[in-house]
Amino acid sequence: MTRFLLRRGVMMVVTLFASSFVIYAAMYLAPGNPLAALAGNRPLPPDAVAALEARYHLNEPFFQRYWEWLTGVLHGNFGYSIILKQNVSTLIGERIGTTAFLVCYAGLIILVLGIGLGIVGGLRHGAVDTGVILVSTVSAAIPAFVASIILLLVFAVNLRWFPVTGTNMTSSFPNRLWHLTLPAFALAIATMAVVARVTRASVREEQRKEHVQTAISRGIPYHYVVRRHVLRNAAIPILTVSGLTIASLIAISAVVERAFNVTGLGSYLLQAANYGDMAVVQGISLVLVFAFIITNTLVDLLYAVLDPRVALGEKAI
Amino acid sequence: MTTANAEVADVISRRPAFRRIRGGHVLIYFSIAVIAVATILAVFGTWLAPHDPNNVQLSYQYVGPTPGHPLGFDGTGRDLLSRLMAGARTSMFGPLAVVLMAMTAGVVLAIASAWRGGWFDTSISAGLDILFAFPGLLLAILAAAVFGSGLVAASIALAIACTPYIARVLRSAAMRERSQAYIAALEVQGVSAWRACIRHLLPNVGPLIVAQATILFGYAMVDLAAISFVGLGVQPPQPDWGVMVGQGEPGVLQGYPAESLSAGLCIVLVVVAFNLLGERLAERAEERR
Repeated sequence: MTRFLLRRGVMMVVTLFASSFVIYAAMYLAPGNPLAALAGNRPLPPDAVAALEARYHLNEPFFQRYWEWLTGVLHGNFGYSIILKQNVSTLIGERIGTTAFLVCYAGLIILVLGIGLGIVGGLRHGAVDTGVILVSTVSAAIPAFVASIILLLVFAVNLRWFPVTGTNMTSSFPNRLWHLTLPAFALAIATMAVVARVTRASVREEQRKEHVQTAISRGIPYHYVVRRHVLRNAAIPILTVSGLTIASLIAISAVVERAFNVTGLGSYLLQAANYGDMAVVQGISLVLVFAFIITNTLVDLLYAVLDPRVALGEKAI
Repeated sequence: MTTANAEVADVISRRPAFRRIRGGHVLIYFSIAVIAVATILAVFGTWLAPHDPNNVQLSYQYVGPTPGHPLGFDGTGRDLLSRLMAGARTSMFGPLAVVLMAMTAGVVLAIASAWRGGWFDTSISAGLDILFAFPGLLLAILAAAVFGSGLVAASIALAIACTPYIARVLRSAAMRERSQAYIAALEVQGVSAWRACIRHLLPNVGPLIVAQATILFGYAMVDLAAISFVGLGVQPPQPDWGVMVGQGEPGVLQGYPAESLSAGLCIVLVVVAFNLLGERLAERAEERR
C-alpha cells in the first residue's frame, strides 16, 4: 500500500510538472507579441520596447522565464495580465469560488440523482427499470450547452422559476444557490446519466453473485442483503466513475458559464482566449488542469482504499 | 491515473444492452438512417438548401414558419432550414477529421507498443498518462488561444486529447492478439513484423477499431460543437450547428427558441445515432472474441 501511495504521488507530481511545462511552452509558441497588443499596434520606439521587455521579463531566455513563472505560481503569483493591467492571481481569486461552487453543486446532483436513479433501476425490474434506462439514455446524449438552452427556455424564460443569468461570489449563499441551480443541472445532466447507467449495471451484477443469492436463500432480510452485500461491492466502480466524471466537469464548466453568463474562471478563460491574453489563459488553464489532475489522483487513491486488490496488483507489475 | 481510468473504460463499455428494450434493432435502423441523412447533408447540403443560408433579411427577424420556409427565420432573418442543411458540413466533417487523426495515432501507438513491448511500451504509456491530464475541451481552448479561433486548431487539439483513450483500449486488445499462437507461428515462419501487424494483427483488432471510431465520433461532435458554441471554433456567419445553438441564445431569452432548439436537436440526434451504433458494434466485437 505504501509503495502504491508513493508511486501515485510521484506520478502526480510528474504529471503536474509536465502539464505546467506544456501550458507555458504552448503560450510561448503563440504568434504575436504581447507588447503589440499593449501598444494597440502602434509602432513603439526601440528604447520603449527595451524598457517594457525588461519590465515584463520578456528578454530573458525561455527556461529562465518558465522557472520564474513556475516558482511564482507555487507562491501564488500567476503573473501579470499586460492587457488588463492587473495581477492574474487577483483575477483568479475573485472568480475561483464561483466555479468551485458550480462544480461541487453539479457533483452533488450527480451523486444524489445519478446513484439514486441507478440503484432504483438496478433493484426494481419492469417499467421502473425501463424508465431509468430511457431517461439515462436520452439525457446522456444531451451536451451541456444544449441542456443550458433547454433549461433556460423552460425554467427561466417560460416558467420564470430561476433567473436568466448567473451570479458572483459577493451575494448571499441562498442567492448563489438560486442563481447557480440551472447552470449546475445543465452541467450535471449528461454525467448524471452515465453514473446512473454504471450504478444500475454494477448493482445488477452484484445481485447475481453467488454470495448474494446464498444470503437471500438463507432468509436474511432483503434490505439487509442489499445494504451489506450488494451496495458495498457495487460502490467500487460507482464511486470511481463518479469521481472521474465529476473531475471532467471542471473543463465543461467553461461552456455552461458562458451560456449562463456566470462570472467564473471558465467564462473568463474563454474571454481571455478570444483576446489573446496569454497570462490569464496560462493561469486559469493551470488552475483547471491542476484541479483535474489532483481530483483524478484522489479518486485513484480512493479506489485503492476501497479495493485493496488494486494496490496489491500494482506490486506484481 | 491508470487503474481508475482503465476501470471506467471497462465499466462504460459494459453498458446495459439495448436489446432489453423491445425492438432494439429498430433503434439501429434509426441510427443508420440518421447518420445517412446527416452524411448526405454534409456533402450536398449547401446545394440542397432551398435558400441562401447567409441571405440576411432584417424584416423577417424571428418570423415563424411560412410557405417555402418550413422552419422560419433566425434573428437576422436568414432561412433556418437552409442554415441547418448547410451547417451539416462543418458539424460532420469536423468530428470526422478528429476521428481520423485520433484513430490513426491511436492504432499506430497501440500496435507498436503491443508489438515491441518493454521500454518502448513503458515510455509510450507514460507519455499517454501525461496526455490524460488534459481534458479535450481545455486543450482545444488552449489551441484557440495560441493559434486563433477556428475549426482546424480545435480539431487537432481534440484529436490529441482523444488519442490516449483510443490507444489504451486498442493496446490491450492488440496485446491479447500478440500473445496468440498464430502470431508466434508467423514469427517462426519468418514473416516480417510489418506484414504480421498489417495483414494479420490489424484485421483481428479491426471490429474493435471500427466500434471505437464510431463512439469517438459522438464525443468529438459534442466537444467541437461546444467549442463553436463558445465562439472559438467555426466563425459566424458560416452556418454550423454549434454556432447556431450559441447565436440563437438571445432569441431564446426573447422567446424565439427555434434556432437554438433545431440546431441542438440535430446535434443530439446525430450523437445518439453514433452512440447506439457504436455500442452495438462494440458488443459485436466483444462477441466475436
